[in-house]
Amino acid sequence: MDTVKNSPIIRVLKLSKSFGENHVLKDFSMDVQHGENLVILGKSGSGKSVLIKCIIGLIDADKGDIQVLGNSINGLDQDNMDILRSKIGFLFQSNALYDSMTVRENLEFPLRINWTKEQRAEGAEAAVREALEDVGLLHTINMMPAELSGGMKKRVALARSLILKPKVILYDEPTTGLDPITSREISHLMVRVQQKYDTTAVIISHDLNCIQITSNRVVMLIDGTCYADDTFEALSKSTDPKINLFFE
Amino acid sequence: MIQITRQVNYTKFLENPFFKEAGEISGFTARFFKEIAKPKQEYEEFIKQCFYIGYKTLTLVGVTAFIMGLVLTIQSRPTLLEFGAESMLPAMVSVSLIREISPVITALICAGKIGSGLGAELGSMKVTEQIDAMEVSGTNPFKYLVVTRVMAATLMVPVLASLANAISLYGGYMGVNIRGQISWHLYWLQVYDALSFGDVIPSLIKTFFFGFAIGIIGCYKGFSSQKGTEGVGKSATTAVIVSSLMVFIIDLIAVQVTDLLGLT
Repeated sequence: MDTVKNSPIIRVLKLSKSFGENHVLKDFSMDVQHGENLVILGKSGSGKSVLIKCIIGLIDADKGDIQVLGNSINGLDQDNMDILRSKIGFLFQSNALYDSMTVRENLEFPLRINWTKEQRAEGAEAAVREALEDVGLLHTINMMPAELSGGMKKRVALARSLILKPKVILYDEPTTGLDPITSREISHLMVRVQQKYDTTAVIISHDLNCIQITSNRVVMLIDGTCYADDTFEALSKSTDPKINLFFE
Repeated sequence: MIQITRQVNYTKFLENPFFKEAGEISGFTARFFKEIAKPKQEYEEFIKQCFYIGYKTLTLVGVTAFIMGLVLTIQSRPTLLEFGAESMLPAMVSVSLIREISPVITALICAGKIGSGLGAELGSMKVTEQIDAMEVSGTNPFKYLVVTRVMAATLMVPVLASLANAISLYGGYMGVNIRGQISWHLYWLQVYDALSFGDVIPSLIKTFFFGFAIGIIGCYKGFSSQKGTEGVGKSATTAVIVSSLMVFIIDLIAVQVTDLLGLT
């Protein structure tokens, strides 16, 4: 399960995925290096969310291979998949906080499978508090998700994805539905998280401010393929009409 | 010799929504048995669900059972009186309640409350990606959400039905005493005389199947929920309709089996 030194943290090789006649991904390939914040930019419905759901094994690809931390997703049985998933954090577009649980219980939930009973008895409370402190929401520990604002929910969801100290974090449109100020705060928080936890991140977004703040590199997903792969600055100056559409 | 060939379009047959759904429910049920056999059971969640499904439905079932016993007795009285068989009232009411009315009405109430609750709860979890979040955190959502709820429904519906039996018989006692007069002791003596194991045990056994069907259909409808909030509403409604229908189908089969075994 160890990553081979200097090899990419995530490698996507000729990935294809179709839903009926809708060919979402066509031989899509990309690499993500250690410590990188890679943004995937594309139109709505272009297959960005499908791509990261394939990376974490929530959706099976039709063709191609995905390697995460040196493991091929295709060949993993459920137990090894669960071990691998414990090293990956996932921030859902809808936050996906469990409605019937408090913030504390939401954060403790991933620990119940990945930690032993003794580990939980000794360290769960401290881990929950640390994750909530990182996102500046320690005071919400006993609140229900329904009592939180959109930005707070996003932060709690981020805290939950950080609780197991993952090596990789996948963000599915982290600033969608937030006002520009909260959106900027979340973007800066993502950068701080990356620095503190030394994580590698794949960020799905079409919020240009968020991309500018968080990205080291941007991959443009157009017509199911990797249309362009460069820095935000380079892409924003591109004269290609398809790329230009996103930066106008 | 004439050779008759008949072409059957099996693809069209399998695309029929009824058969498609029946196949999917069968697959879902098979997965339930596969998952329940795997180690690491979610006992804590199971106990929690027993509380929600059992304790929180008790008042509704209790009130309905009492009214059922009372009304059946009051309604049956004039007919028995006509035949001069008023003294048979406790025996007739108890057999009707224990064999059929009480278990079926309890199951229908559970289909309404538990079935819709499961459909709506799991449906909203599905459309808000909470089930995906569970899977990503390493928890098997089928085992955590479905197995625990189906097991709790399978166990709690018979408990509720047994309590409903007792409460409805008490309702019957009240009903007898509204117009006539019978002592507490004599009423129960007549009830016990009228009932045999052949009345009580098959009716108790079928409630396990009622509970299982309500649980599995509610969870299936929730788990396969689609298209946002509209889908959640549809899941809750169809969970009630299909599980109520299943209660009657199981009841029909149970009556036939009981009859074939000579337990009636």
